[in-house]
Amino acid sequence: MDFLIFKAPMLMVQASLDGILLGILFALIAYGMALQWGVMNIINIAQGDLVILGGYIAYTMYLAGIHPAWGVIVSPIIMYFVGWYLYKLVINKVVDRDLFISILATFGIAIVMQQLMNFIFGADVVVAQSEYGTTMLFDNSVTLPNSKIFSAFISVLYAVGLVIYMKKSRLGRAIRATAQNARAAKILGVDTEKVYAATFGINAALCGVAGALIAITLTLHPYVGLPYTVRSFMIVIVAGLGNLPAVAISGMGLGLFEEFADYILGTEFRIGAVFMLLVFILVYRRFKLSKKREYLK
Amino acid sequence: MNKIKQKDLILYSGLIILGLAAPYLFSAFKVQLTYLCVLIVLAMTWNLQGGEMGYNTFGNILFYGLGMYLTASVQVGMFFPLAEWTESGGEKTFVHTTAQYFQGIGVGLLVSAIIPALVAGAIGYAILGLRGHYFAICTLGLGIAAGEIAGGIEIIGAGQGFTTPPFPAEIVDNEARGKFFYFLSFALLIGTFVFVKYIYGSRFKLILNAIRDNEDKAEAMGIQTMKYKITGWMCSAFFCGLAGGIMGGLIGYIDSTDVAFDGREMGVFMVLMAILGGKGTLWGPVIGATLFHFFKEGLWTLILGWQYVALGVLIVVIVIYFPEGLMGWLREKYPERFGEVIDEKDRKAQVELK
Repeated sequence: MDFLIFKAPMLMVQASLDGILLGILFALIAYGMALQWGVMNIINIAQGDLVILGGYIAYTMYLAGIHPAWGVIVSPIIMYFVGWYLYKLVINKVVDRDLFISILATFGIAIVMQQLMNFIFGADVVVAQSEYGTTMLFDNSVTLPNSKIFSAFISVLYAVGLVIYMKKSRLGRAIRATAQNARAAKILGVDTEKVYAATFGINAALCGVAGALIAITLTLHPYVGLPYTVRSFMIVIVAGLGNLPAVAISGMGLGLFEEFADYILGTEFRIGAVFMLLVFILVYRRFKLSKKREYLK
Repeated sequence: MNKIKQKDLILYSGLIILGLAAPYLFSAFKVQLTYLCVLIVLAMTWNLQGGEMGYNTFGNILFYGLGMYLTASVQVGMFFPLAEWTESGGEKTFVHTTAQYFQGIGVGLLVSAIIPALVAGAIGYAILGLRGHYFAICTLGLGIAAGEIAGGIEIIGAGQGFTTPPFPAEIVDNEARGKFFYFLSFALLIGTFVFVKYIYGSRFKLILNAIRDNEDKAEAMGIQTMKYKITGWMCSAFFCGLAGGIMGGLIGYIDSTDVAFDGREMGVFMVLMAILGGKGTLWGPVIGATLFHFFKEGLWTLILGWQYVALGVLIVVIVIYFPEGLMGWLREKYPERFGEVIDEKDRKAQVELK
C-alpha cells in the first residue's frame, strides 16, 4: 500500500481523533433521527437541512458580534419552534401513511429549505470563527482544534441530558408510550398529536445544536444537508432504533471511516464514499437477513 | 372490440402525426419538445418500477447519467483520444466530420442502452433484495454516489465537465440540429411507449403487480420474484440510458452532478411526473409529464429564482393531497370508463357501513 497515511503513524492518530470527535457530532444528529423515526415512523430527508439551518442561526449570531458558541443554546430553542410548525404544516399529514410518502414530502421540504437558505444566507461556504485555538499533541505533530473538542463535549452533554429527560419527565414518558403503541397511548389519555409535534420539535432542536457545532467546527453551505441526512440514516440502521450506546459507537465508526477515506481516496471522493458506504451497509444487511429468509423492515 | 381498436388507431395515428409535425409547427420550441419526449420516457420507465412493481426508486438517474457519459465517451473515443479531448475542455482541437459524428452517436447510443441495462442486471440482485423505503434510500444514495464519483474521475472531465462533440459544422441548415435531436427523442418515445404498452398486455405486468401487492404471497405462488424484478429494472435502465444519451448530445455539456447524475432535478422530476399523472397506469406518466413540463416551462420564467421553492412546494402538495394522481382521481370519478363494473348493491352496502 502506497498511501501516505500508512507511512506516517501520526497522520493515523490525527485521522482517528478527528474521526471520533466528528462521529460524536454525527451521533447526535442520528439520535434525533432515531427518535422521530421510532416515535412517528417517518424518515426525514430534511434532517440535514434542519442541521444546516441550525448552523446558519449560529452564523447569524456570529455576524451580529455574539460569540457563535452561544448558538448551542439559542439555536435549539429557535429550531424547536421551526420543527413544531413544520409538523403542524406538513408532517402531521404524513404520519400515518406509507413511508415513501414521508420520504417524498420531506424531500420537498428539503428542497424548499435549501433554496430559502440560499436566498437568505447566500451560496458561499461560510464558517463561524470560534477562535478557541488549537491543542498540539505529540510534539506538535497532531493538531486538534479546541472547537472540535468543545463540540464533542456539548454533543455528549445534550445527548445525556435528553436521555435523562426522556426517562424522567412527563413528556418523555408520553413520547415513549406513543412510540410503543400510539393507539393504546391515545386511549390512556395521551394527546398523541401534541407528542408527535413535540418529538419533531425535539428532533429539530437536536439538529439545531448539531448545526451550531458544525458552524464552528466545519463549514456551512446551503446545499450540503443531504449528506448529513444520509449519515444519520446510516447510523440509525446500523445501530437500530432506541439503542443509544450503539448510536454513539456507530457514529464514531462513521467518523473514523470518513477521515480515513478522506486520506486514502482523496477529499473529492469523501461524500461519494459516504453514499457508497450507505449502499454497502444496506446490501450487507440484506444478504445477512436473506439467509434467514427475512428482509429489512 | 373492433370499435375500440379503431378508436385507438385514430388516437395513435393522430398523436404520431402531431408528433411528426410538431417541430415544423412550433419550430421555436424544438428543444422544449425534445425535453418533453425525454421526460415522458423517464416518467414511463419510472412508472414501470415505482408504479407497477412497487419499488419506488430514486436511482434511475444512475442509468440516465451513465447513458449520458457513455454516449459522449464513445462518440469521442471512437475517433480521438478521450483524455486529451476532456483536458482541452471546450476548445476544438479535434473536429468530427459529419460521418464520424453520426457514426459515433449511433454506436454511443447503442452502448448507452446496453451497458446501463447490464449494470442494472449486475447490481439488481443485491439492491432489489431491499424493500420499501430501504430500497428508496439505497437508490437515492446510489444516484448521488455516482455523481460524486463521476466528479472525481479525470478521464471524463472530473469536476470541470465534459463537452460533447458539437454538431457537424458542414451541415449548413440551422434547423438540422434541433430536428435531429427531436426526431431521435421522438423515436425513443414511440419505442418506449410501444414497449410499455406491450408489457401492459402481458403476463409480465401481472407478475410485477403481484410483486407490488404482496411479494411474499407472489413468491409463495411459485413466482421467482427476483428474476422478474431484475428484468423490470433492466428494462427501465435500457430506456433511461438512451434518454440520457440523447440529452447529453442535446445539452452539449456534461457536468457530473448538475447535468448527468442530477438527482436534485431529473431524479425528482421523474418520480413527481409519474405520481402527478397517476402511477400504475399507462397514460398517467405521459399526461403527468406533459402537464409538468408545461407547468414548469410556463412558470419557471415567471418566478425566476423561486423555481426550486415552487418545485419543493409542488412535491409536498402533490404527495400529500394528490397521491393517486390525475388518473387515480379520474378513476375514482368515472370508474366505468376504466372498465370497472360497480355492483350497485355492494356500493350501497359500503355507504351504509360508513
